[in-house]
Amino acid sequence: MDGLIQPPSRVQAAPASWFEFATRHRASIASLVVLVFPLLMPFTALAVNILIYGLYALGFNLVYGYLGLLSFGHAALFGTGAYLCGIAIVHLGLPWYAAIAIGVFAGLVMAALIGMLAIRTRGIYFAMVTMALSQCVYYLFYQAIDWTGGENGLRGINVRTIDVLGFKLDFMNPMIRYYVIAAFVIAAFFVLSRILASPFGAVIEAVRENETRARASGYDVTLTRLITFVLSGGFCGLAGALQALHLSIVPIEILHYDTSGIVVMVALLGGMGTFFGPMVGAAVFLLLENLVSLWTVHWQLIVGAIFMICVLFFPAGIWGTLISRGRPK
Amino acid sequence: MAGLSLDLIALQLFAGLALGAIYVLFAIGLSLIFGMLTVVNFAHGAFYMVGAYAGLSMLMLGGNFWLCLVAVPLVVGLFGLVVERILIRPLYGRGIDYPLLLTFGLSYVMVELVRIAFGKTGYPFDTPEILQGAVNIGVGYFPLYRLFVIGATAVVLLALWLFLEKTSFGLIIRAGARDPQIVRVLGVDVSKVWLIVFGIGTAIAGFAGLLAAPLQGVIPEMGGTILAEAFVVTVVGGMGSIGGAVLAGLLVGVVVSMTSLFAPEMAKVSIFALMALVLIVRPQGFFGRAGLMS
Repeated sequence: MDGLIQPPSRVQAAPASWFEFATRHRASIASLVVLVFPLLMPFTALAVNILIYGLYALGFNLVYGYLGLLSFGHAALFGTGAYLCGIAIVHLGLPWYAAIAIGVFAGLVMAALIGMLAIRTRGIYFAMVTMALSQCVYYLFYQAIDWTGGENGLRGINVRTIDVLGFKLDFMNPMIRYYVIAAFVIAAFFVLSRILASPFGAVIEAVRENETRARASGYDVTLTRLITFVLSGGFCGLAGALQALHLSIVPIEILHYDTSGIVVMVALLGGMGTFFGPMVGAAVFLLLENLVSLWTVHWQLIVGAIFMICVLFFPAGIWGTLISRGRPK
Repeated sequence: MAGLSLDLIALQLFAGLALGAIYVLFAIGLSLIFGMLTVVNFAHGAFYMVGAYAGLSMLMLGGNFWLCLVAVPLVVGLFGLVVERILIRPLYGRGIDYPLLLTFGLSYVMVELVRIAFGKTGYPFDTPEILQGAVNIGVGYFPLYRLFVIGATAVVLLALWLFLEKTSFGLIIRAGARDPQIVRVLGVDVSKVWLIVFGIGTAIAGFAGLLAAPLQGVIPEMGGTILAEAFVVTVVGGMGSIGGAVLAGLLVGVVVSMTSLFAPEMAKVSIFALMALVLIVRPQGFFGRAGLMS
């Protein structure tokens, strides 16, 4: 997967092709799609789920797709964001915006803690260490029953209205809920696009492409990895916080190994290291899950088989395959 | 009081060794496969689970436990051979992540197939009659079955050691782990060696699943938890090192067992603390070779 989307050149010449145009305005295009998206979906709750999982996969993709480190512990980042957002509302009685900020911060801190340990290992070890550490986080939250509700999950995250600039928005209305969450996702698009287009974004991809050369060029590879992992934690923490508001409960399964696995599937299905891939992957994955579970409870069988076929035959994912075909030579 | 608690500690130490024996079996398969094929087998837990279910169905069909001890590793190992040949072989040379991702998908399929065949709820697994009860081991009465688990693990380890060190095929495996290129140049069909190593590794995983079944029962998800714990063992012991897997497996078992005696609420978390400590002090693990890390 050689940098399917390059950071745009900082000299703003007229775009030479549609591809360059799409790359330069990727955040705006993604935002437009998100704005009309619920009109295409059978029901809005599904669209909200796709949005949240897409954001979660976006954060994961920053680490696997752009940095080249396979993490099997992202559930810890997503789940910590969700739990801390929920705790802020239920136990501390804070307003929704403060709770989201706490969720993002919690994602960053958890990523820093896991990152500092996992970054000490290299290559394939990273997947194993992140998975083991996220299992540890699972047990910690499981046992802190007073704060997290343990096995029953954290209940009672009831946000009914969202106050923005004096307006009272009804968060119980599915469409309004979708657009409130979409506002955060769109903000994340622009932040991510900015990070990737920055010189630091180029260093991230340089580390993935050739670690030795990046080090020889004077970049601190370990620090780059840590910072990228922490940034990824911020995106995943935000996704988790939004998930907590959306579900109004944080189930303990959010920290389970399966939640780490799902994001790997979603990102690979969509296309690693592409800007739109995670959202495409989340949409396809969740639509598939909904369809398959209509006629069988054993949807994991179908999902696992499709994932294996993807690994064997379409490692670039849906979006990655599309743009490598459509990209002007 | 002091004497009593000392005996209790000694007993708990033995319980830890029995638990560690399961970790050892699980982790040496994982390590053997990684050391040779550089494949991190995320389906290893699923093979372990299949071993337990294979034993369960053999017992239900009227087989006895001793027959299972031989038949289960054969069945699971044979299944491992098929998986390597059909699914993993096409991925060699395509980067280290792909076999990992594939086996991850495979574990979903295997767990779900077992759920379809046996249902979502677990089964109890009776300890074979002859191994029930407890024996006095000097410091107190210790469950006979756990003693058997330690003994069976020692036998498997001895057999594996003899196979790797004393047979010509073992020599090829050791050479292949060090430098597959040269082994290929010398005229050995390395892909055949890899196939067999994957079979052996999964067979041992199935054996471990069968041994663990009477201790903890049988459920479709039993492989997921031990996979994360086995990763701790491999990180502590050093990836690709069989000696490291043995030492670290026993150590992890003893740490779990000891913390559940003194601070039961910390038992699950303690091994991850151990891993964090090893990562800080010695990131490559006890016996890890630096070359295998990249």
